[in-house]
Amino acid sequence: MGEFALPKNSKIQPGKHYPAKNPKKPRNFRVYRWNPDNDENPRVDTFEVDLDDCGPMVLDALLKIKNEVDSTLTIRRSCREGVCGSCAMNINGTNTLACICAIDRLKDGDVKIYPLPHMPVVKDLVPDLTHFYAQYASIKPWLRTQSAAPDKERLQSPEDRKKLDGLYECILCACCSTSCPSYWWNGDKYLGPAILLQAYRWIVDSRDESTGERLDDLEDPFKLYRCHTIMNCTRTCPKGLNPAKAIADIKKLMVARRSA
Amino acid sequence: MTLRVGTDDVRGMLRDPMKHARGLGSAQAGVGHWWVQRLTAGALILLGGWFVITVLSLLHADYAMAHATVAKPWNALLLILFIVTAFWHAVLGLQVVLEDYVHTRWKEVAAMVAIKFVAVLAATAAVLAVLRIALGV
Repeated sequence: MGEFALPKNSKIQPGKHYPAKNPKKPRNFRVYRWNPDNDENPRVDTFEVDLDDCGPMVLDALLKIKNEVDSTLTIRRSCREGVCGSCAMNINGTNTLACICAIDRLKDGDVKIYPLPHMPVVKDLVPDLTHFYAQYASIKPWLRTQSAAPDKERLQSPEDRKKLDGLYECILCACCSTSCPSYWWNGDKYLGPAILLQAYRWIVDSRDESTGERLDDLEDPFKLYRCHTIMNCTRTCPKGLNPAKAIADIKKLMVARRSA
Repeated sequence: MTLRVGTDDVRGMLRDPMKHARGLGSAQAGVGHWWVQRLTAGALILLGGWFVITVLSLLHADYAMAHATVAKPWNALLLILFIVTAFWHAVLGLQVVLEDYVHTRWKEVAAMVAIKFVAVLAATAAVLAVLRIALGV
């Protein structure tokens, strides 16, 4: 059945409190902590951060905590400008990138930070995305052609290139897939919004000649049709993309190639 | 996420994650279900509207008047279409719910078969009832 409660060993316990020293502009960050190296349940630690002495983004606060308060706090981060997708996490109930999530734009009160929902946790805010990446590889995300390779590059009209806008920008941060209830309940088989958007990116590419095979591979009650147009994906995408529309377009193509 | 294909949690085990991601491959099905679900939904907007109006018009009617209304050829036809479409759509919708939430294969299959049996039984009984009134047998 769908999992509506956390397993016993995942129930979250109250954690430690780390007050700031003489903060001018204090704000509490409540951060999910779990360490695989001991048998303890996860806990939520509260770190008070002086925003007067901190960068503007949630990632800045997390790095300040890691540098100055608790170096064991484990997060992924790299580009700090919304391009790499490493620091995807759940902030105040919404999946987003910590590096482009401005603290002063969050609603007042404690900032609650959890790892991406419903994924196995490696440690603290780091989810295990192994299956997500394997699903991405399974759609063969590269140009597949039958015709002989031309002497130079394969050409594409500006109009056809435009069809990739809103698709190529996806950075595979997994915010959308892990916000999708269908992916929570059936993520082992359902490809999820991120991977389906990527699949559509190759389906609409005018240079790709495996459109039919790509549709064949997706035509499945679970791989594609677990999408029930819940739209959490589009709502949460930190890059402002619309995976739900990409999935709808795939479904339209599925109908278009058969008799009504 | 719970990994359900096979009995092993493949993460960190001997199988490559790709083995699990590819799973049993594409079923080459699903588009028919999706299309018919939308087709029946569209039909039910029209037929459902007609059904509600017809039932409301019978609010204070006696048995004889209700009987006479159903017996009219157009009413009987639309009622049969409404019954078949509604049960068809319900089965398709319940199938989605089962696939979403019931993750024990035998329970899923048993529930699906039961739903289909009940739907066919109920739809056939309802159509038969309308036919008896319409044909006066």
